[in-house]
Amino acid sequence: MKNIVKHRVFWPAVALVALLMLNAIARPSFLSITVQDGELYGSLISLLRNSAPLMLVALGMTIVIATRGIDLSVGAVMAVSGAVALTIIADSPTPEAPGTIATAVAVAVVVTLIAGAWNGFLVAVLGIQPIIATLVLMLAGRGIALLITNGEITTVNSAPYKFMSQGYLLGFPFAFFVSIAAIVIVVLVQRRTALGMLTEAVGINPEASRLAGVRSRGIIWGAYAASGLLAGFAGILYSSNIMAADSNAAGNLIELDAILAVVLGGTSLMGGKFSIAGTVIGVFTIQTLKSTIVFLGVPSPVTPVFMAAVVIVVVAVQSPLLRRTALRAVGSIRGSNSNTTEVAK
Amino acid sequence: MPVDKDVAPVIEMRGITIQFPGVKALDAVDFTLRRGEVHSLMGENGAGKSTLIKALTGVYAIDSGSITVGGEPRTFHTTADAQAAGISTVYQEVNLCTNLSVGENVMLGHEVRRAGAIDWRATHREAARHLEALGVNLDTRTGLFSHSIAIQQLIAISRAMVTDSTVLILDEPTSSLDRSEVEQLFGVIRELRDRGVAILFVSHFLDQVYEISDRITVLRNGKLVGEYEAAKLPRNELISSMIGRQLEDLAELSSSAAREIDRSSAPVLKASGLGKKGVLEPADLEVYEGEVVGIAGLLGSGRTELVRLMYGADRSDSGRLEVHGKPARITTPRHAIDRRIAFSSEDRRAEGIVGDLSVAENIVLGIQARRGWLRRVKRSESDSIVAEYIDALGVRPADPDRPVRNLSGGNQQKVLLARWLATAPELIILDEPTRGIDVGAKADIQRKVAELSAKGLSVIFISSEIEEVIRLAQRITVMRDRRKIGELESNGLHVDDVIDYIANEGQENVA
Repeated sequence: MKNIVKHRVFWPAVALVALLMLNAIARPSFLSITVQDGELYGSLISLLRNSAPLMLVALGMTIVIATRGIDLSVGAVMAVSGAVALTIIADSPTPEAPGTIATAVAVAVVVTLIAGAWNGFLVAVLGIQPIIATLVLMLAGRGIALLITNGEITTVNSAPYKFMSQGYLLGFPFAFFVSIAAIVIVVLVQRRTALGMLTEAVGINPEASRLAGVRSRGIIWGAYAASGLLAGFAGILYSSNIMAADSNAAGNLIELDAILAVVLGGTSLMGGKFSIAGTVIGVFTIQTLKSTIVFLGVPSPVTPVFMAAVVIVVVAVQSPLLRRTALRAVGSIRGSNSNTTEVAK
Repeated sequence: MPVDKDVAPVIEMRGITIQFPGVKALDAVDFTLRRGEVHSLMGENGAGKSTLIKALTGVYAIDSGSITVGGEPRTFHTTADAQAAGISTVYQEVNLCTNLSVGENVMLGHEVRRAGAIDWRATHREAARHLEALGVNLDTRTGLFSHSIAIQQLIAISRAMVTDSTVLILDEPTSSLDRSEVEQLFGVIRELRDRGVAILFVSHFLDQVYEISDRITVLRNGKLVGEYEAAKLPRNELISSMIGRQLEDLAELSSSAAREIDRSSAPVLKASGLGKKGVLEPADLEVYEGEVVGIAGLLGSGRTELVRLMYGADRSDSGRLEVHGKPARITTPRHAIDRRIAFSSEDRRAEGIVGDLSVAENIVLGIQARRGWLRRVKRSESDSIVAEYIDALGVRPADPDRPVRNLSGGNQQKVLLARWLATAPELIILDEPTRGIDVGAKADIQRKVAELSAKGLSVIFISSEIEEVIRLAQRITVMRDRRKIGELESNGLHVDDVIDYIANEGQENVA
């Protein structure tokens, strides 16, 4: 029991479950899932579908944060990705052909991979502070996206492209499978190889890692490139959802949601130890929160205030200091019964 | 100064117990500190010294027992409570703000105010007065970073005096000071003692403990062993009371220095004219197979700088390196590692351990870095390597999954040694591997070095303890003032010979 409580994703999971339960109590329909033509519908299913872009971005952010970095450019990179993909489709004579879609997606993510590698170059090779280095692309990225679309919101009609965010596979939204695939690939690459451990080592103590022979430059560079690539896929999903390349709205402020998801998941902004499971929980927490806000009919101008209030509660639940203080308060109410304190691990 | 039995204790700690998950860090420990005495707290790492100090300074809450300060029972909830009671601490790593000036550091939080604003002129004057009281004369407007660690240490002490402390805790204050700096510090300590300040002193240097202490309290495994008058406690008794076993192990090593080294084939690593402007004058050094080369010299003599250049941790701007007689370009640690050279830094915490990673991960890190990220060291392989080295070096606690930052300094050092030995190096450079660690761990590490070099491993061994260098090394390179002043054969050499050499030799070489 104590081991479960001690596990690093225990408190993030508690926060998510609590939030889901609040929703279930406030609106019983929240938990209901209906089947239509073999496809599942319901709030929870929408949650799985809508969380996909944030999931991809947050996974990349987790790796970058583990290296002691941060990637502010992810939202702008999403815009670039959508702009590239939709421009190719719009210019193509065969927008419905799978080949066209494959080309568009491939070119878009290669471009964002390069964008991520550019960030990595600034940070790992030139030694620029991550927040400044990625700020460059955060500002420039949307401009580049607008250049690609000639300053317009490019729209297309293409069933296969639309399928990526709105289609269904085996009863579940296709976007959910994209999330799963990304999670599995990131976990495999980080934890089945030694990359995760080396990334943590670089994040915890860069100098000790260098002297131990860790190629920290390559590891940091790779982290930003991965973040760019994942943001690229997120941009595809986003543009597929609205079937338009809206360079200003795509991924707007998603970098903050992603950072928040990582932190909610228990990964420290100081770098080092990271938890993919924690980030996944963090993403669902944020997405649930957003759907709660819509449901409660919180007027949109005050949404940020509501969001902030809930985030404070969620973060406070995870604060060891606050928990200890709370436990002590409870303990002192219970009185002199102090010998019952458990000592064993 | 003779200890006056009648002097009322400033601090009385009775039956102090502190419980951590699964372990009693302190078990009903008594400790008494009197006015005007220097009282050393001794014990191996893990004995409970730091825990006791943290209980006294309000960092840890005590589970049972009582603390009395000046006759009044006290409960410390925070470090501020302890400071308000007149207890100040100067830590091993100087905890001052390097970006502020000397005066600002001394007076931080106690700046002289006039009409609500800080009167900087008066503040600096006040700072200078406090520093002068300790015999330190310097411009208080200079940045702290521009002063040596020794001066920073004194600044930290005068900062403690600003708050009119009656109790001063000095936790390993001398570990990075050279001999003359230690003398200066001891002068200050004696001065404060004579003024009536009660001083709690912690150091791993036995000589220093005997030189400065009136009284010694020994802890072992969280329990009190006893309180002694320093003058009446023979050294071997002190050591055996600390480690609870007879210390013959160190003596039997003495034979290793006499071992003959075959220098007919090319040296494993040879540096010729290796230097860097403003850091190290060009120096030569060669190490043969199975040889232990010691580097003796004071802190800042260039000993660390020389080996860092040899390892590629820093870049040299003159000189050449040869590995097994062939020219080698070593400008990054990777280059050195690829040539089977390992380097364990003197700064264990900042440049050695990866704190949040486990003992096992820290040990495997060296091998893993060599293989690259794609070829992960398999769990089974890692388990057997880790188990082997935990056993061979006696890492305690022998728990591979514990974060390495929770280990004592000596055990962290063993983990670092394990990391490098696991990569099967031909040459290992150990920079102060025994600094600030307990006697038992020190003996373990020395034994391992002697054993491995006998099997053919080449070692460059740097230590402030000349005795240790003589005992382990066959040849000693002597450095002073950022240059190599000579080389000595260690067979039959005495500590005083080396000290004389450092003091006198090389003077003639100055053009």
